[in-house]
Amino acid sequence: MNAAVVMRLDLKGLSCPLPIVKTAKAMKTLAPGELVEVVATDPGSVPDFKAWSQATGNPLVESDAQDGVYRFVLKKKEM
Amino acid sequence: MATNDVLIVGGGVGGTIVANLVAKEAGAGARVTLLDATGTHVYQPGFLYVAVGQEKAENLSRDERTLLRDEVKLVVDRATFVNTDLKKVVLASGRTLRYDELVLATGSRVVPDEIPGGGAAHNFYTLEGAVGLQRALDQFEGGTIVIGVAGIPYKCPPAPVEFAFLLDDYLRARHIRPKAEIKLLSPLNRAFTIEATSKLVQPILAERGIELTGFFNVESVDPIAKTVTSLEGETVGYDLLVLVPPHRGAKLIEDSKLGDARGWIPVDKNTLKHCSFADIWAIGDATNIPISKSGSVAHYEATICAAEVVAAVKGEPAPAHTYNGKVMCFLETGQGQATTIRFDYDHPPVSPSPSHLWHWAKLLFNKTYWHTVPQGRLP
Repeated sequence: MNAAVVMRLDLKGLSCPLPIVKTAKAMKTLAPGELVEVVATDPGSVPDFKAWSQATGNPLVESDAQDGVYRFVLKKKEM
Repeated sequence: MATNDVLIVGGGVGGTIVANLVAKEAGAGARVTLLDATGTHVYQPGFLYVAVGQEKAENLSRDERTLLRDEVKLVVDRATFVNTDLKKVVLASGRTLRYDELVLATGSRVVPDEIPGGGAAHNFYTLEGAVGLQRALDQFEGGTIVIGVAGIPYKCPPAPVEFAFLLDDYLRARHIRPKAEIKLLSPLNRAFTIEATSKLVQPILAERGIELTGFFNVESVDPIAKTVTSLEGETVGYDLLVLVPPHRGAKLIEDSKLGDARGWIPVDKNTLKHCSFADIWAIGDATNIPISKSGSVAHYEATICAAEVVAAVKGEPAPAHTYNGKVMCFLETGQGQATTIRFDYDHPPVSPSPSHLWHWAKLLFNKTYWHTVPQGRLP
């Protein structure tokens, strides 16, 4: 899975809604099917990324948390 | 005792409080100078009311001199560069001001043109912008008014929601509400960053017929087609567009390389001291602290910063009491009601049910501000 991650965003320390905005900007630069990995420390990012993925149609393919750091892998939707 | 030169750059709410408190507490130990580019103090929370015709622009400005203690020297000039090696600030006139302690209360600036077509949108983030929006609303006879956010972070996070409610009041008072649609585009899937407050205001938005579109981060405006497009790929048409413009730190900070890529100054979130310089502090909108950019934050930080500077001037240990992230915002919900949002680093936000009481409290604060806040009379 990790082989297809073409971009990593370190959004630790940023508070909502900045992680969503930065991720939305980054997604614009990806080709369909490419993956972006995001790490954030804002606990609100967990429901926000889930909802953003559903609203925009860019699948959330991985999500986990460790020691207060939340990690998400999002896939750019097919056109 | 030696006399220290304390220099404060920026005569907004934070800088003015610091200047007055340091002059009062440090006495003969400090020569306090406040540097401001205009010499005019502007009460920015009033812009929202100017936009909807509830306040006159001329009531929002006062001569900065009248808000300062006599001992504070006011210099009206624009800072162009901070030389941290020589501990000097260079001014547009060519003069320089030296400092032992420097407080950067340089605020934020709006850059509407940073997004394509952004300059075509109205905003209420400058006095001129608010006056222009008021004129446009006066000529508005019906159609779709779109309110959106073109950059994060921005000043006064509840402002777009407040504007939507006050706009609804304005259109009802003119009896043209049935001919108008109000669309509020939000960066998240709710009205406002804070979930508890969103839950409170969303039913009221629905009740007033204000349409909420979530996950709409404005990317560009097409002023010819009259459409606004999001990073998420959606496009919405408008007749009148009101955008929160992208914000950056002051040009002085960017030119002096004292901030991050957007000009926000990195400071310790408790002591407000610059991460790289022991004799520089920053407060208010100017910092990179992940907390609301608002007058209340600048106000609370200013009292902490002043105590830090006074301790430095006196050669005493830094005060144990530091900034705890306290934020207090009013949020107008229209029809003469308002709520508040209060939180700090350790306590999640709480908002009471909207009521007339909080609306009157905000109006009272707007009126009494000039005699209490800049002087440092309110804790």
